[in-house]
Amino acid sequence: MPNNQQQEQSQASKSSSWQSVKNDWGTDKQAFDMPWGKLMMWIFLLSDTFIFSIFLISYMNVRMSVTVPWPNPSEVFALTIAGHHIPLVLIAIMTFILITSSGTMAMAVNYAYQGNKKKAVYLMLTTALLGASFIGMQAFEWTKLIVEEGIRPWENPMGANQFGAAFFMITGFHGLHVSAGVIYLAMIAKRISQGKYDNKGYQIVEITGLYWHFVDLVWVFIFAFFYLW
Amino acid sequence: MTEMENIAIADQVDDSSHPNSFLTKYVWSQDHKVIAIQYSITAIAVGLIALVLSGIMRLQLGFPNEFSFIDPSSYLQFVTMHGMIMVIYLLTALLLGGFGNYLIPLMIGARDMVFPYLNMLSYWTYLLSVLVLVSSFFVSGGPTGAGWTLYPPQAILSGTPGADAGILLMLISLAIFIVAFTMGGLNYVSTILQARAKGMTLMRMPLTIWGIFVATILGLLAFPALLVSAIMMIFDKVVGTSFFMPAILSLGETLDHSGGSPILFQHLFWFFGHPEVYIVALPAFGMVSDVIAVHARKNIFGYRMMVWAIVAIGGLSFVVWAHHMYVSGMNPYFGFFFATTTLIIAIPTALKVYNWLLTLWRGNIHLTVPMLFAIGFIFTFTHGGLTGLMLGNVVIDLPLSDTFFVVAHFHMVMGVSPVMVLFAAIYHWFPLLTGRFLNNSLGKFHFWGTFLGTYAIYLPMHYLGFLGVPRRYFAMGETDFIPESAQTLNAGITVSAIIVGLVQLVFIANLIWSTFKGKKSGRNPWQATSLEWQTAQFPPGHGNWGEHVPQVHRWAYDYSVPEVKDDFIPQNISPEEVEYLISDENNSREDK
Ligand code: HEM
Ligand SMILES: [Cu+2]
Repeated sequence: MPNNQQQEQSQASKSSSWQSVKNDWGTDKQAFDMPWGKLMMWIFLLSDTFIFSIFLISYMNVRMSVTVPWPNPSEVFALTIAGHHIPLVLIAIMTFILITSSGTMAMAVNYAYQGNKKKAVYLMLTTALLGASFIGMQAFEWTKLIVEEGIRPWENPMGANQFGAAFFMITGFHGLHVSAGVIYLAMIAKRISQGKYDNKGYQIVEITGLYWHFVDLVWVFIFAFFYLW
Repeated sequence: MTEMENIAIADQVDDSSHPNSFLTKYVWSQDHKVIAIQYSITAIAVGLIALVLSGIMRLQLGFPNEFSFIDPSSYLQFVTMHGMIMVIYLLTALLLGGFGNYLIPLMIGARDMVFPYLNMLSYWTYLLSVLVLVSSFFVSGGPTGAGWTLYPPQAILSGTPGADAGILLMLISLAIFIVAFTMGGLNYVSTILQARAKGMTLMRMPLTIWGIFVATILGLLAFPALLVSAIMMIFDKVVGTSFFMPAILSLGETLDHSGGSPILFQHLFWFFGHPEVYIVALPAFGMVSDVIAVHARKNIFGYRMMVWAIVAIGGLSFVVWAHHMYVSGMNPYFGFFFATTTLIIAIPTALKVYNWLLTLWRGNIHLTVPMLFAIGFIFTFTHGGLTGLMLGNVVIDLPLSDTFFVVAHFHMVMGVSPVMVLFAAIYHWFPLLTGRFLNNSLGKFHFWGTFLGTYAIYLPMHYLGFLGVPRRYFAMGETDFIPESAQTLNAGITVSAIIVGLVQLVFIANLIWSTFKGKKSGRNPWQATSLEWQTAQFPPGHGNWGEHVPQVHRWAYDYSVPEVKDDFIPQNISPEEVEYLISDENNSREDK
């Protein structure tokens, strides 16, 4: 739930009956009661959803068609800390961080609509920082897989080669999305603090938030399909 | 609050934003009309390359061994580049980047696309993709010869022409194209949804806009499949992964690949590839509807049905893709499913054809050049659609797959037909761009040459297909089941193809000549109702509408309304402004 206030606003401006849905679609000018940029972000995310879905479906297909056994996730994704072999510990922290960042993002949107520029900027930067630390840990994980386990996109001592290929490709593609998000957040935060949106309103924060929540949501699926399957 | 803001941007007449220098006006322009023309010129230019390639292929097929510059490898390269350029870089770009850009804001009463800067980026990215594609002609090994379907494993294995640099450049170019398309497509969809003039309800939009709208959504959802498969194939090629590569023994050597699935690529490719057919067809359906209505002076028959047919075809096009894969050894139940969905698509499609015919029925048909092309389209499309019904059935497709019957089918339905509409559209909207008509006599010559010529090319191809002549073959070689006479037919086809190619040069000459010297058309020469002809300046200037964006009072098809003085009522005419033959107070009509 990115922002309740905004929702209430739009709820109030139209009665919630089917008639109003029909009117919105059937008549006049705007089909959706939202700024152009926000609608465009939604459509973009729809398209991006297809990209990630196809990545994941391809991964499932490949995973089911290979003849060599797939490596066991609780072995591949384990860290040895103080002599203990703990499966999935890093990824649990990474996932926690990313979900927390969705929380700070939602708060940023909320403060932006309240007109509290300073807090919004501060929270957006926190979100970006959390995102950056996610990337950092992903880099650590990649290094461990490559250097210690000897996993490459084209070979894998622990099982099917396609494991490395699909893992690096899909988490890499997601990582690019997160990196882009970090840059995007930082850029918008800077522009807000420069006062570039003072007259236009702060919907841009919500639009940025949409993107960020999307990237987090995608991660949940990647997490489920790679680490829990 | 949001509402106000959007209107403020939409209706802004900000003089400071008018571009002044030549560069900002015609090169780095953010005006949708200029971008449309940039898209169109680029698309037509690469389209001419593809046309020349088809001519070269025909020379080889018609007169084998006569031309030393064509060998089996280069033949495959020409086939591939011809197909890919025609489908993606010509048709998709011209229909959506060209006509979409030009017509969307004008037809819905907007000043521009919602994000003009992004729109400009879209064009330059498209240009980059074209340059990357064309550059593959000049790298060592030449462009890829894998066929436009780019099936792995052969697409990236040595032995296939262009398996080194060529295929990579092709995949990279496609990826860039998809980025360009996405930037443009997001704009088209948002503009149509959010920036319509007052009164322009969705159900009052001209069918052209409906076609472009649904086609763009298809593109935004189908291109991801191509993008992902391009990325995976690049990995297979460059990094040595095995997404699509099974264990392979090549020339006695075991390759490093194993465990991948070539069929996966086919599914991904056609999950994109089939909707792609409709990305090309739907805008064409829309534009031809409008051309027919204007030049028959009649409202389009069954407007609502036409809209829902477009939407239904768009939706269904995502569940038919595997009809391209009947020969891949799929489960018979799958074949049954995909054959059924394929045949179901024929229902909304046939409905459209009937509606075009019923629009013509007892209409006041003006046989102008655009109308000729539109009627020609009904012929070629019906023709290609009927063979499509045949190929949609598994049992008929199996023996005919990969023969010239298929080549004839898809050229009729997605080659010739959209091209006929493009010509209709160019002749129809040329006065809007330039204030001048295209030359009429040359136009008629162009029509008859193209229409009869394409039939001379493709009708015999169906027959060749029945004889079993395979597609993508450099030469037939020792095939006794194919009679000698097939070669005679092939020679005839080639002659027709060369003639059709030359006739297009007449068209290009006409375009150039008429831009500067053509007959002046005056405002709204076809007496059309849709908004693009009702602009303040003619041809429309920057910002399209002068002081005020128009207000829309009716649908786009008020032609020959009984008892009204003129035989058309533009969309921005209010009920009070309509002039009646008998001025009777009680006679005023409800608007549509
Ligand atoms: C005068 C016009 C045209 C001529 C003479 C022509 C001719 C040909 C020929 C000879 C082939 C190769 C057949 C084979 O050896 O398998 C071919 C393939 C193809 N053409 Fe055309 N063509 C024309 C226009 C178009 C247009 C407008 C399109 C747009 C959709 C198009 C799309 C294709 C495609 C997709 C292929 C298949 C390429 C492949 O097999 O990989 N063609 N054409
Ligand atoms: Cu298809």
